[in-house]
Amino acid sequence: MIAVSKQSIEIETVREESVPFWLDTKKRAIFFQILVLLIVGVIVWYLASNTIENLHKQKIATGFGFLHKPASFEIGESPIPYSSSDTYAKALFVGALNTLKVSFIGIVVTVILGTFIGIARLSSNWLVSKLAATYIEVMQDIPVLLQLFFWYAIFYENLPPPRHAISPIKGVYLCNRGIIFPRLEYHPAYGYALTMLGITCIGIWLLRKWARKRQEATGKTFPLFRVSLAMVIGFPVAVWIAFGAPIMMDVPKIRGFNFTGGASLSPEFMALLLGLVLYTSAFVAEIVRAGIQSVSKGQWEAALALGLSHAQVLRLVVLPQALRVIVPPLTSQMLNLTKNSSLAVAIGYPDFVSVANTTINQTGQAIEGVALIMLVYLTFSLSTSAFMNWYNKKVKLVER
Amino acid sequence: MAYSHDKNIIVEIIDLHKWFGSFHVLKGINLHVHRGERIVICGPSGSGKSTLIRCINRLEEHQKGKIIVDGIELTNNVKNIEKIRSEVGMVFQHFNLFPHLTVLENLTLGPIWVRKMPKKEAEEIAMHFLEKVHIADQAHKYPGQLSGGQQQRVAIARSLCMSPKIMLFDEPTSALDPEMIKEVLDVMIELAQEGMTMIVVTHEMGFAKKVAHRVMFMDGGVIVESNPPEEFFSIPRHERTKLFLSQILH
Amino acid sequence: MEKGAEVKPPISDTTIAGWLKKNLFSTKLNSFLTIITLYYLWKTIPPFVKWAFLDSAWFTPPQMCRNIDGACWSVITKNIRFILFGFFPYDQQWRPLVAMLVLFGLLYYSKERHRWNRRLIYYWGVGLTIMAILMKGGIFGLTSVESTKWSGLPLTLLLSVFGLTAAYPLGVILALGRQSKMPAVKVLSIVYIELIRGVPLISLLFMGSIIFPLFLPEGITISKILRAQVAIILFTAAYIAEVVRGGLQAIPKGQYEAAASLGLNYYQTMRLVVLPQALKIVIPPTVSVLISAFKDTSLVVIIALYDVLKTTQTVLSDPHWMGFSREAYIFLAVLYFLGCFSMSQTSRKLERELNIER
Repeated sequence: MIAVSKQSIEIETVREESVPFWLDTKKRAIFFQILVLLIVGVIVWYLASNTIENLHKQKIATGFGFLHKPASFEIGESPIPYSSSDTYAKALFVGALNTLKVSFIGIVVTVILGTFIGIARLSSNWLVSKLAATYIEVMQDIPVLLQLFFWYAIFYENLPPPRHAISPIKGVYLCNRGIIFPRLEYHPAYGYALTMLGITCIGIWLLRKWARKRQEATGKTFPLFRVSLAMVIGFPVAVWIAFGAPIMMDVPKIRGFNFTGGASLSPEFMALLLGLVLYTSAFVAEIVRAGIQSVSKGQWEAALALGLSHAQVLRLVVLPQALRVIVPPLTSQMLNLTKNSSLAVAIGYPDFVSVANTTINQTGQAIEGVALIMLVYLTFSLSTSAFMNWYNKKVKLVER
Repeated sequence: MAYSHDKNIIVEIIDLHKWFGSFHVLKGINLHVHRGERIVICGPSGSGKSTLIRCINRLEEHQKGKIIVDGIELTNNVKNIEKIRSEVGMVFQHFNLFPHLTVLENLTLGPIWVRKMPKKEAEEIAMHFLEKVHIADQAHKYPGQLSGGQQQRVAIARSLCMSPKIMLFDEPTSALDPEMIKEVLDVMIELAQEGMTMIVVTHEMGFAKKVAHRVMFMDGGVIVESNPPEEFFSIPRHERTKLFLSQILH
Repeated sequence: MEKGAEVKPPISDTTIAGWLKKNLFSTKLNSFLTIITLYYLWKTIPPFVKWAFLDSAWFTPPQMCRNIDGACWSVITKNIRFILFGFFPYDQQWRPLVAMLVLFGLLYYSKERHRWNRRLIYYWGVGLTIMAILMKGGIFGLTSVESTKWSGLPLTLLLSVFGLTAAYPLGVILALGRQSKMPAVKVLSIVYIELIRGVPLISLLFMGSIIFPLFLPEGITISKILRAQVAIILFTAAYIAEVVRGGLQAIPKGQYEAAASLGLNYYQTMRLVVLPQALKIVIPPTVSVLISAFKDTSLVVIIALYDVLKTTQTVLSDPHWMGFSREAYIFLAVLYFLGCFSMSQTSRKLERELNIER
């Protein structure tokens, strides 16, 4: 008892001997932070006050009221109906939809193409491997904007007018108005076939669970991949045949100087897509290659030594480890593609930045416009970061 | 040369040649391994000893000569290769455990996917071998959480789960800290005492003296000398063998 | 015992026929791939060679170009001075040329690691001053050339080199700030880095060209180039910060502890112990950021700054030369490719050298 109180008295004594605040590490840290915040605050205040004064002088409005005003400009292509009497808010929304459209398609195609090229790079066939390596090296070193302009020029300068369009396959036309192709017209059979597809997918998911349980219990494996493939193709097609196998195509035809019917992809969209995909897939190829190579040869050898087939080794040992290395930089590239789609403003594809740019030019409200642009892209980035953090935590290899 | 039809011979290597490009790494190896026999191979680096045992389970491909394992000839036939690999167990210098699977999952991978066993049965076998190598309490840990010696014992158990007819060891203790070498060698000695056929590439001569039926010295792609340990260590017959022994037994 | 008699390896492994078999035809799949690849190469390369070289015009006036089937390289050769130097006064164009040569010389000299010492920094200082004098003029008898006239390739190089040079210290400070234990500093750094990395460069360029003037009190203006340069610097700094952060995280805790036990304070620890090691580790990814900065300068086209891409497009908008975009863009692609490729080769070499040392 006494010993304890003696100790506590000693501790008390040490505490009372105070350290001058300019030497105290904790107080110094607080002081430094206050200083930094002050400096930043002063700069921000200075810039803000100048801005307010300048805006006032130039008679530019502030605030987001303009969003309710009519836009008075047309938009080249839009997934939803839009006209120039719609509000700026709707115009911006259309722009965002266009961004999502090109980004989504771009990401899907890039991942497929990039994976394919990355695997080709590792091929034992010298010709294939060298070609892949050349593609990767060249496409990475040419600025994406230059690639966009190049494809745009190809469409407008080197492709013929609709009357002389090139037709690689019957019904599909390449000309300086874009790519025109036949469109499926709606028929109830398609609806039923699609529903069947949905049901089949659920069925496959259930089948997978059953196959796994069976393997755990009896050891017998089930050719899940082949059966699923057959089901996914077979069942919807069967339904379609049951309805009389209707094919109603809206085939494009030349009338006057242009096509009617069918569906088309504009040169702007195609140029943007081609440029983004070819550029980004080179980076994805490198990521896939690095991921596969990151799995040491010893892993292959140990798994093969157990008697596993090449396919089993890939599926059970190599790919799980490779994916951990591939997914983080891959999501980074997907984000880059989305950000690069903003270059659409240079070739006239009406993505969000294009529309925002027009809005800024018409209303003069640059700060609100640029702020909106940054907000939209920040949303994409931060949600992607969050996803990546979640994924990394989930698959982290457990170590001491 | 005709194959020997002696059912007791589990690995037969006849006039084996291998080249890496133009480098002749194995120059006409002839070797018979009987069931239950334990062979230790030693030699300087570059002598071809690792290459030799890696040829047996086709991790390396030979260009000339024949390899026959348990009556099956090792050719480009994929079915033969997979059959041989499930009969031959291999333990690597760098363990090569699968880091994304638990210890138990590392062991059951082969039985489930190659021998098509039900999961429960595979896990029972796995626990049996984990107990054998004295590491059953770590069954649900990941390889990254274990020491080197523990990982190598798990690697040995992983190969044993496939009930191999012969075990190959490629310098199993070379990557271990000294205090962990004994625990791994002890497991290998227990295995030997149970009658497993073993070919071990190693520098651990104490192990060789205790357990080997034959000790082989390889140099420059040929088997220079091959004798029971008593003769090998006391009366080496070739100059090269003597030189090598003087370098490692100090 | 046995001595290996002199046996030859199987023929297939060591001759040309052997190489072909191993690399192109080793399996059925490979043979199939080789054949269809060769087929497609056959279909595409000869027509391209014909268009680009055999049927092409190199130094002809534009009317002649329209009569031929092949490529019209004259669009480059006849306009090369405008493409490369833009609006810089015609008779003074030797100045940006010399400035670029000085830059290339310095870059080439700096490739060798054993030359990295104090002296190199002096060389760069002197070199950059010479380049500035050549471009701006006004002294030593050189006529003054306003920065609005700086265009073409010198502008591209200027934006990337100054961009990276100024962004580097800022990026290092941000990286240190992000690692800091002081919450205010850490939060500010993280907000800056995530904000800048999350938005496309184009939005920062817009901000630079339209909004920066609003930040300044009346009467003070900054040139368009400076606005773009500041935007590029702010953008690149965030990416440098992330790269340097990787390097800082690779330094073992033991280094910090050893420095502390010697009595070094924060700044000394960073300057003498941590940063020298961290910055060395991240040289390859830093070069990668430089390559990106070089490519990204092309975006100033969108805010109507005359870098080498915009000067090219100006040539193409001339009615005489309209329609030859393919040739012009291919030329630019080769230019950018040469620049980026030599930088990435240097980066790979550095990476190899650094790995050997570890």
